[in-house]
Amino acid sequence: MTVILGPDRTVATAPARFWTWPRLLAAFVATLVAVAIMRAVTGADEIFTSGTLRTTVAAAVPIGLAGLGGLWSERSGVINIGLEGMMILGTWGAGYGGYVWGPWGAVVLGAFCGALGGLLHALATVTFGVDHIVSGVAINIIALGVAQYLAALTFTGLPQAGPTQSPPIPNLPDVTLPVISDAALWLERQGWFALSELGSLVAAVTSNVSALTVLCLLLFVATSYLLWRTPFGLRLRSCGENPVAAESLGLNVYRYKYVAITVSGALAGLGGAFLAIVAAGIYRDGQTGGRGYIGLASMIFGNWRPSGVVAGAGVFGYTETLGLRSGPTSVHALLLLLGVALAVLSIWQLTRRRTIVSGIAMALALLVIWVYLVTDTVPNEFTSLTPYVTTLLVLSLAAQRLRPPAAIGGRYRRGEAV
Amino acid sequence: MSTRLKAFLPLLAAPLLALVMAFAVTSLVLLIAGDPVMLVWQTILSRPDARNVVNVINSGAVLYLSGIAAAIGFRMKLFNIGVDGQYRIAAFVAAWVAGEAWLPGLANTALALVSAVLVGSLWAGIAGVLRVTRGVHEVISTIMLNFIATFLVAYLLRKVAITEGNQIGTKPVPEGSRIPGLQLIPGAPDDIYGLVLLAVVVGVAYGVVLSRTRFGFELRATGQSPSAAMASGISVKKMTVVAMLLSGGVAGLIGMPLLFGEYYSYGVTFQPGLGFAGIAVALLGRNHPVGVALGAVLFAYLDEQGNKLQIFANVSPELVLIIQGVIVMSVVIAYEAVQRYVLRLEERMVGASVGEGDDVGPPPGHDETQEARS
Repeated sequence: MTVILGPDRTVATAPARFWTWPRLLAAFVATLVAVAIMRAVTGADEIFTSGTLRTTVAAAVPIGLAGLGGLWSERSGVINIGLEGMMILGTWGAGYGGYVWGPWGAVVLGAFCGALGGLLHALATVTFGVDHIVSGVAINIIALGVAQYLAALTFTGLPQAGPTQSPPIPNLPDVTLPVISDAALWLERQGWFALSELGSLVAAVTSNVSALTVLCLLLFVATSYLLWRTPFGLRLRSCGENPVAAESLGLNVYRYKYVAITVSGALAGLGGAFLAIVAAGIYRDGQTGGRGYIGLASMIFGNWRPSGVVAGAGVFGYTETLGLRSGPTSVHALLLLLGVALAVLSIWQLTRRRTIVSGIAMALALLVIWVYLVTDTVPNEFTSLTPYVTTLLVLSLAAQRLRPPAAIGGRYRRGEAV
Repeated sequence: MSTRLKAFLPLLAAPLLALVMAFAVTSLVLLIAGDPVMLVWQTILSRPDARNVVNVINSGAVLYLSGIAAAIGFRMKLFNIGVDGQYRIAAFVAAWVAGEAWLPGLANTALALVSAVLVGSLWAGIAGVLRVTRGVHEVISTIMLNFIATFLVAYLLRKVAITEGNQIGTKPVPEGSRIPGLQLIPGAPDDIYGLVLLAVVVGVAYGVVLSRTRFGFELRATGQSPSAAMASGISVKKMTVVAMLLSGGVAGLIGMPLLFGEYYSYGVTFQPGLGFAGIAVALLGRNHPVGVALGAVLFAYLDEQGNKLQIFANVSPELVLIIQGVIVMSVVIAYEAVQRYVLRLEERMVGASVGEGDDVGPPPGHDETQEARS
């Protein structure tokens, strides 16, 4: 049974690298200027302060870790919809590890519990050849049960805890870069067009950043390096592109898949641990709130690349944060940006003679701008559903440009040529 | 061994193997956790009271609808993860329509049922259309639509709701539009929902359409091989959208027995999580109308008996989730294992019937060999 996440494309072409350094820099400056204009026009200052951005990072990290987990698994050719379950296992692991061994124990046990979930997924999909989505759904059910059962078993009767929540997890140290942080905060306070926005951004990533956040960002770099710059990574990805060819080169495809899925589970578990340790300081039943699924979406959004996962998780984290920080006015301001972006997209599509896409985008743009003009705030519920609508929109506009690993979701048995 | 029996063997062996596996794994979990293993099984396998039987039938029927909704998609290899969102948004709209009571009596009920089906299929249809026109995989789009449904329903509920006690909900369904319960189980305090019959109707329709009509054939053909289906003139795109619409339509019905038999309005306490349970039930029943029914009853039975765990065994009822999850996982693993075993058995028999050492040329098909042997 073949399930392909994304469009069916069998021919892989290697396009010229679009995001060269000058272009990246130009895009970065353009974003800062756009945000500065937005703040000036709409008066919604909260959309780009160091506080908002710091919360965005904290909200994006668990989603990004789940997405990175999905990346490992899917690059080896196995769909992992069980990320949510592995994340749930991670939250319990962090709660229990934090109680017994302190914060770093929470990190380790969270990742370990997630890895066990990954191992189960590997056993089912690789060894027994079960359909990947079926196995993932089962893992999500089992993990929810295991976490809540274990929580009731281990946390009942502990101080400040109960059957559905753990004792408080001691927090990890925060990291602040001394001089740069102060300078950035000063720059932010000046209110200079575009420069203050730069200050907010720098301040957000240099002051009071949890040590776990730093560790997680390093994991993205490490993944990029491991999967794209080492022989191990090339082999692992070849298992996701063409396992039979990989086998013919003498690779033990099963072993690579096992490693990839276990790492995938560990990363998702770490994402859960992050939620418990940094975001909440406690394990609570139902803490993940579907972030495993969102992580999966951010990976697809990010075209199965680590940098794309960062971007996807960033979008989700940002919209989630805006909803929390003076949501109604902030998201209202965001409508204008969305409207303008859709209009630009429409014109761009028109120049490429894609009239239908262009028309749809322009209709949406006019609709969004009209809503912006006739309303003053956006109801809270709509604030919350922004990231999901954004994902659907982005996927429906860009799904044709995505390229999933060629053999994803496929059934591979050793020694059976397809 | 006759051919029929051989075809039937994996169907029977896999669920049994799965139950044994679930039993073993759960016992192991209990042993490691230091909970009373025997007491837990005694509680779960204890004789259900009349009250419990009614509850099992009621929630079993609801789960069955959910399972069939998922199964329609699965038959086409479409993973409609969005059953959950579809049934909630449909239940909300139906409750609103029924509460407004534009029509009298049972006409009002009928209108609400129709609107539930329409809303459910429209919500699922979004995913279907995105899949065929924009290439968005339905797993992702339906997950997103689940979240969107949650917030959309919360918003709309706030707009139309009335406050009753300290809870908000849609206007209650008027007396004349409610469906009276059936008193089938003697001695039970509650009735069986009248709309349990909906599950029977849907189940029969699903079975007949799937195995007796051209549409059902095309559906299964597209699921098994899109390229072969396309070659024989079936429009795969059309089938994808239609399957999603049907799946969503049935999903729309999931909340109806609850709405017209127990809650009479849609509020924040309306039973959640039925969509995901339905996916598990469909997997358990291998998308077969009877199999899904067995799966639904098994899950409902475990849920019902699990409620007693806290009182009698001092074990948290979430244990049931572990049992259910392990059953789903083991049933697919067991099916795979049994299938492989049967395949190997058949290969050996083919080898024996063709004659030793004569392994030149392609192996004959199974059917030919079996005919030759009989």
